[in-house]
Amino acid sequence: MFDDTRPIFLQLADRIADDVLRGIYNEEEQVPSTNELAAHLRINPATAGKGLARLVDQGVLYKRRGIGMFVAPGARALIAEERQRDFAERYIAPLVAEARKLGLDTSDLVRLVETEAAASVKEATS
Amino acid sequence: MTTTAIETRGLTRSYRGQPAIADVNLDIHEGVITGLLGRNGAGKTTLMSLITAQDRPTSGSIRVAGREPFEHADVIERMCFVRDNQRYPDDYKLKHAIRAARICYPNWSQEVADRLIRLFRIPTKPIVKKFSRGQLSALGIVLGLASRSPITFFDEPYLGLDATARNIFYDELLREYAEHPRTIILSTHLIDEMDQLLERVIILDRGRVVRHEGVDELRGAAYQVAGRATALEEHLRGRAVLSRRSIGGLGTAVVNGAVTAEDRELAQDAGLDITPVSLQDLVAAYGLGVEDADLGDGGADPGPSAPGTRTRERSAA
Repeated sequence: MFDDTRPIFLQLADRIADDVLRGIYNEEEQVPSTNELAAHLRINPATAGKGLARLVDQGVLYKRRGIGMFVAPGARALIAEERQRDFAERYIAPLVAEARKLGLDTSDLVRLVETEAAASVKEATS
Repeated sequence: MTTTAIETRGLTRSYRGQPAIADVNLDIHEGVITGLLGRNGAGKTTLMSLITAQDRPTSGSIRVAGREPFEHADVIERMCFVRDNQRYPDDYKLKHAIRAARICYPNWSQEVADRLIRLFRIPTKPIVKKFSRGQLSALGIVLGLASRSPITFFDEPYLGLDATARNIFYDELLREYAEHPRTIILSTHLIDEMDQLLERVIILDRGRVVRHEGVDELRGAAYQVAGRATALEEHLRGRAVLSRRSIGGLGTAVVNGAVTAEDRELAQDAGLDITPVSLQDLVAAYGLGVEDADLGDGGADPGPSAPGTRTRERSAA
């Protein structure tokens, strides 16, 4: 469920951000509490708390005193913007590196991306 | 702010001149679940026995809530130590063990005990001496959690438990901890399975503390590098090598320190594979050490975290 590359609280924060991005939690909707997350994921409550606190710091969640944590208005746009910034580094750079290894040039790569994108659009509309 | 539940200074316990625990300086955080990790014989049980005043140090000091436990019954009363080989009187059945615990532990919760006995399906009829390994462990967990002691020690609490029972333990531990926060120290070899439950970790090796940190700091704090021995040697030059092994022309090493983007690039160019190290691998690396490896080139950095060089205490903010 979690990998060994990064602290769990960061992975948890990413996962909740992902859920917000996908609309599993809508803006102004309550997210699970620290103890609920800890029990559900079988992780230390301090770790779960740190994950939530990180999202509060980033403006993705906000706290309503005595009630819990809620998704902040504008959170989706915020996460999408951040992910777009990382997109090239996380996805394009390894893609280009692998293509080079296989001897594909840039035009090959563009063609492959276009074909794949067209297929995915077709799948989505069918 | 973190407060210290247990403080040890220069703590040493020798058996026939052989130190089981040597010069241990620890500040164990209050209200935190701390994992006590290390190979068999690393000193985990000795450390827990000393803190709970079931054994006396050869030298050094222990403070629990600022006081020496050995001389204060009320300090001892605040602690519960579930041994992996806990002994019970010959004629004890489950109810006798529970009755005794209820008297011993001022915060005892019968409700918790009843629930856990039911979940673990601990038998009421046979004497405890006839219990299976798993049933004994389950009983220990019942006593440890239901004691609601401000400081609770579990020594390999999972021995003989099946997967279902271990998950019950993890769930109930987290539930109890969430509802009644307390200081919990547990020794384990099932690190891959239990590391998520921990907030902090103490790694012991041959009686010395080699790491004491938050699990978050330890994740990504070391990496494994593998490939052809010549390229590997080149990469390891000047780095803190925790363990290494080689087979023919191939080698693998665990290196202390985070991987930089530059390291990664260089390693890739040299045909080396860099992979993350789990907490379990890290503990195994400390347990393996480098003394058997050829370090003739003086390349390995015997930095502060090299195994067994000195007791190290590093606190996370």
